[in-house]
Amino acid sequence: MNVVEIHNLSFTYDKEPVLQNINLVVKKKDFLAVIGPNGGGKSTLLKLMLGINTIKVGSIRVLGKVPKDSLRSIGYVPQNTNVNTDFPIKVIEVVMMGYAEGKRTLFGYGKDEVICAMSALKKVGMEDFAQTKIGSLSGGQRQRVMIARALCTNPQILILDEPTSSIDIAGQRSIYELLRELNKNITIIVVSHDISVILEYANKAAHVNKTLSYHDISDKKSTFHTHGNDEHFCEIELLQMLGSENCNDCKEEPKWRAEA
Amino acid sequence: MIEALQFEFMQHALLAGVLVSFTAGIIGSLIVVNRMVFLAGGIAHTSYGGIGLAVYFGLPIFLGASLFAVGAALLIAALTLKKRHRMDTFIGLIWAVGMAIGVIFVDLTSGYNVDLMSYLFGSILAVSSGDIYFMVALLIVTLAIVTLRYRDILAVSYDSEYASLRGVNVRFFYTLILVLSALTVVISIKVVGLILVIAMLTIPVYIAEKLSSSLFSMMFLSGAIATIFTLIGLWFSYVYDLTSGASIILVSAVSLGIFLLLGKKSKF
Repeated sequence: MNVVEIHNLSFTYDKEPVLQNINLVVKKKDFLAVIGPNGGGKSTLLKLMLGINTIKVGSIRVLGKVPKDSLRSIGYVPQNTNVNTDFPIKVIEVVMMGYAEGKRTLFGYGKDEVICAMSALKKVGMEDFAQTKIGSLSGGQRQRVMIARALCTNPQILILDEPTSSIDIAGQRSIYELLRELNKNITIIVVSHDISVILEYANKAAHVNKTLSYHDISDKKSTFHTHGNDEHFCEIELLQMLGSENCNDCKEEPKWRAEA
Repeated sequence: MIEALQFEFMQHALLAGVLVSFTAGIIGSLIVVNRMVFLAGGIAHTSYGGIGLAVYFGLPIFLGASLFAVGAALLIAALTLKKRHRMDTFIGLIWAVGMAIGVIFVDLTSGYNVDLMSYLFGSILAVSSGDIYFMVALLIVTLAIVTLRYRDILAVSYDSEYASLRGVNVRFFYTLILVLSALTVVISIKVVGLILVIAMLTIPVYIAEKLSSSLFSMMFLSGAIATIFTLIGLWFSYVYDLTSGASIILVSAVSLGIFLLLGKKSKF
């Protein structure tokens, strides 16, 4: 079953083309890594899938419907969860923001919401922090809470925008381990810079830089481990490995990289 | 101080102080967590345009100022929602133009020598019973909104993008917070004045923020803290014959200083 279908999608911000002729199919229980340079259109593509940006050319179907109509089935973890850390709010209140079903109580929160939020927190291993102020958590813990908020909707798809950008290496690993666990039931789409890590966990990769090139990497995963101690890949090596047709402008290694 | 309470104007002054402080504590919390202090400053100053118009057309001051301030709030909401990156320019513009309109209309009013200072820095002894009704009404409306729509306001304030994905009308609540700020500014004209109101909307809130673990408790705590500052400020103002608004603000500022020093020692 196709969870996301994108056909001939193009998008421009103020005449500046950001995405051109994008085609993409995400299947159920895929773990898709969306990679590419900054300003290449990754986040824009994601916002189009969520219906935050309006589609002008082409089409997107999420679970067979236009993005706005399937929002309840999408769990979204935005970028920059480190902003607003002074905000006086408890972990459980953040998670309950994700809850969209059922009727709402006049005052305070309903019992079903609390139960839903606690079970989501349990899934990400943060149930002991329910009453903690969000600002006193570490970056990694806060990211888990944001994932719990997304899970509170019981989503079929989980979309994450740079989930590990401000977390230390150990924390990043544990976030990805968590995503792997969740991937048993949920389709996962992750926008990320840390190519070397993400590709270890993803089974599909989409490289976005105005245009999109798609790769099934489930059988190439072993390649990434054979590089010994140096686990870091630069994008160029990676694209060469994947045999990208999109790499015309990156054949030559830039000087600074060769020196390093 | 006790014997002063037999005068009606003193009773009004105290009552107005309490009502305005509590409202300012609640709305100030929303302004601070939404990073709207500069917007509130713009609305506060531009309200002087409403005072000028009210004087010129012979309308009640509160009515003129309320209409003008709410109009400015709606304008700021519309502009900032559309072009967020140019927000500071728009606010600076509205800030000054409103004041200029006020000054010109007061100039044009023949035979009326309005005391500009009393609106900018407060004149708490001139609170009428009509003013008190207006303050009570606003406090009730504010309390009703923040308790009944607490979750929407919380969601919009904490993460507006996520809130809109969950179907919360972000534009509506953003505008609502600005309109409530505008009305809070207007009721505080007599207590602390248009310029000093910004301190009342931020100092107690800053202290409450450090002590609260939810927006709800922060709102009520800052309301309580603001009320205490106002009462102490009024006492100083009475005993030493000082301007009430400035006394309240300085009491708040000194308390904040002490709070921060103590906080540093106990490291919270």
